[in-house]
Amino acid sequence: MTVRLEELLRAAFPDATELAVEDRTGGGDHFQVTVSSPRLSGLSLVDQHRLVYDALAEPLADGTIHELRIKTRGGG
Amino acid sequence: MALKERIQATIDSEDVVLFMKGTPEQVLCGNSARALDALRAVGAPVTAVDVLPDPAIRQELQALSNWPTIPQVFVRGELVGGADIVQELAETGELREKLDSALGEGWQHRGGEERTVELTDGSGPATLRLVP
Repeated sequence: MTVRLEELLRAAFPDATELAVEDRTGGGDHFQVTVSSPRLSGLSLVDQHRLVYDALAEPLADGTIHELRIKTRGGG
Repeated sequence: MALKERIQATIDSEDVVLFMKGTPEQVLCGNSARALDALRAVGAPVTAVDVLPDPAIRQELQALSNWPTIPQVFVRGELVGGADIVQELAETGELREKLDSALGEGWQHRGGEERTVELTDGSGPATLRLVP
């Protein structure tokens, strides 16, 4: 499942300088994602996280992701 | 008042609102606990709303805030974020700064007061019930 999330994030942030998905519990539904991307520069944290939520809208909606922790950084 | 308006009125009228799963006395979700702990760490006044009694609260809130998850923290009507952001802002000191600018510096003297607001469903009277 981490691979699928990574693909979705990579598609949304093709120029990401850091992109990581960690399965926090090993159960395949609690994830920590980290994204650093120029696309996030200048945005508030709320708007940065919204872009991550948008990228992962499908696994969030279908219940694949039970819990999501997000760490974002702007800059390249 | 419809539920949507009651949610909006709570966001607009309360200094710091935490929409959470459970209550400050009985938190029922790890992320809600992290957000509450971060607010407590800076001594913020907290008005808590439990979203669990009625799924419509969560649906209406998400539509209002354009934010898909619980918890959600608002300061003077502005969405500050979920657990990750509030925790990060508490650690960097930015949460205090945000409270200073939004509430004025007197908020520290309120001793981190906490209360719970129940948003009753549409069948009841359109009032806010304050639970001590």
